[in-house]
Amino acid sequence: MSTQVVTKPQVSYLTQLLDRVRESQPTIDRPWLAQLRDRAEAWTRELAIPTTRDEDWRFTDLSPLLELDFKTAEAIELPENMASELTLPETKDTRLVFVNGVFSKARSSVKGLPEGAIVGNLGDPRLEDLKSYLGQQPGSQEVFTALNTASLTDAAIVWIPKGKIVETPIQLLFVSAPQETPTISQSRCLVVAEANSSVTFVQQFVSTTIGCPDAGNRPYLTNAVTEIFVGDNAEVNHTYLQREGGAAFHIAKTAVSQAKDSRYTCNAIGLGAKLSRHNLEVFQTGTGTQTTLDGLAMLSGEQTADTHSAIVLDRPHGSADQLHKCIIDGKAHAVFNGRIFVSKAAQMTNANQLNQNLLLSPKGRVNTKPQLEIIADNVKCSHGATVSQLEADEVFYLQSRGLDKTQSENLLVDAFAFDILQRLPIASLRKMLSQCVSCRTYTA
Amino acid sequence: MSDVILSVRNLTANVDGTQILKGFNLEIKAGEIHAIMGPNGSGKSTFSKVLAGHPDYEVTGGEATFMGQNLLEMETDDRALAGLFLAFQYPVEIPGVTNLDFLKVAYNAHRKRKGLEELDAFDFEDLIGDKLEVVKMDAKFLNRSVNEGFSGGEKKRNEILQMALLEPKLAILDETDSGLDIDALKIVANGVNQLAKPDNATLMITHYQRLLNYVVPDVVHVMYDGRIITSGDKDLALDLENRGYDGVIEQYAAVGV
Repeated sequence: MSTQVVTKPQVSYLTQLLDRVRESQPTIDRPWLAQLRDRAEAWTRELAIPTTRDEDWRFTDLSPLLELDFKTAEAIELPENMASELTLPETKDTRLVFVNGVFSKARSSVKGLPEGAIVGNLGDPRLEDLKSYLGQQPGSQEVFTALNTASLTDAAIVWIPKGKIVETPIQLLFVSAPQETPTISQSRCLVVAEANSSVTFVQQFVSTTIGCPDAGNRPYLTNAVTEIFVGDNAEVNHTYLQREGGAAFHIAKTAVSQAKDSRYTCNAIGLGAKLSRHNLEVFQTGTGTQTTLDGLAMLSGEQTADTHSAIVLDRPHGSADQLHKCIIDGKAHAVFNGRIFVSKAAQMTNANQLNQNLLLSPKGRVNTKPQLEIIADNVKCSHGATVSQLEADEVFYLQSRGLDKTQSENLLVDAFAFDILQRLPIASLRKMLSQCVSCRTYTA
Repeated sequence: MSDVILSVRNLTANVDGTQILKGFNLEIKAGEIHAIMGPNGSGKSTFSKVLAGHPDYEVTGGEATFMGQNLLEMETDDRALAGLFLAFQYPVEIPGVTNLDFLKVAYNAHRKRKGLEELDAFDFEDLIGDKLEVVKMDAKFLNRSVNEGFSGGEKKRNEILQMALLEPKLAILDETDSGLDIDALKIVANGVNQLAKPDNATLMITHYQRLLNYVVPDVVHVMYDGRIITSGDKDLALDLENRGYDGVIEQYAAVGV
């Protein structure tokens, strides 16, 4: 007599998820878009949700994800007061709002944009050449990116034409309103900065459950993909701010390609989510490009935050600067894997990378791996990682001036974060986040 | 009779299990300036850190009374709020915290302890403006991170600035003169002299007699091997300068053993 063992392979989990999300149809009907979706669907069907046996996911265990059956989130309208609360004063009339992955025309306003700059969703009639950009960055066959593309229904699009300097920052706000059963929302961004243009934008992931303890433990999954094309001598300043709900899974990919003499800066701030992963990939495809990646992850409780970055220097005279900081409290777990690849052609380049971690509790954990791969022979490169606790001597110094222990420790944590926060291009965001840093450490 | 500010009796303390203070006695009264001199390794800095409550130093015996309170039972910040101030030998750099914010937080902690309302930013800037005069510091130092990128002299002046602001009952200057050029030394000494009042006291811990030319002590103590081996007036410091530590230690150390 034989016993039949019923197994539930992971492929089937992904297939089921894919089947559910594929039901949503795109807001526009274009043959190229259907083709893009179908091709990504085919890739996804051959893939599986990664496990810790996959090198890229060694330290971040996705198995809690597999215990939940995510359904496409319902489209809801964001209450007016919440929308204005989440809007930055600087971006009142230069913002797009998406709720559960669905574009909210009512809460978006772009009347503050200069003429020529296009900020809108997939259906914007002024956007003609989307198919040369959407889904065209390398890495589109990665499982979560393919899943996003396979079920792509809409996208936030920022298009800055040649030579246009946009002084006002742009806000792309992605709000998740979790429901009683687990939901998935997949957002998509496309930013195209044509030659000699300049733009600053803030991409913000938030939850309606912030400050709402009852709904804060509702799990949901955000799977976001952002593609950024920086043209010749163009400049893009990107702030990525992740403040998902406390039970959320947040998986994001940012893929950037930079043409010659372009500048790209990313300030990535991660505060929320139970488990978050940011894949940040930058491809320098022209000479003399500059890439600056600054990151801050602040974790407590049982949060996991994983940043995997890769910068590919492939032309001479490029530069890359990266500073990624993590503050880890409670039983939280931070992962940093930063790869800088300097190809044979990338002579006379300059690359610096540093990951600094501040462990505030004995149960906190850090896995860090700065990684340089250099084939060129005339380059300046450095990389490093530090893991430290609060310096007893610094705490003592502050206490000897009359600050109590908690006050002293908070001041030092603020100072650690300040380094990154001061680089944010928007004043209201700097202020808001320094308050977050303080209040988080006060409650810890 | 003057009020006793600090009274230390038979104090013993360890660092990492090694005994550094071996029965230390000292009494400081209001209006007095004391100096503790001694060779490297005699335990001078340990004594200052023990008084301020550094967690790495373990008090194993004896007592220390400050303004009538049992100092050894108090947390570091409570000691500071009670009026004890330690000017550090190596002031700590704190990147990201501006000097102005730091001074304001510290000052307001003292106000709060005294039951006074905290000063707002404007009133505080007026106050700190006056205090900057004491150490001839430029106001631009207020907007820099605490001690970050300061020269040795600037760091020491910043310590005296904090002392001027917090108006302690007892100021302990731990090797404040070491490494200072003569101009910086004069500025620091001048600041210390301005702040010395009949109702407070100053304790200078130093390796060199030079500082004592500018801040004249009432009492000079010589420290060796974890205790004070002899005390005297300012002439004792000159004696040390002439004969060197070895000569003085040879003369007095045997007495204490």
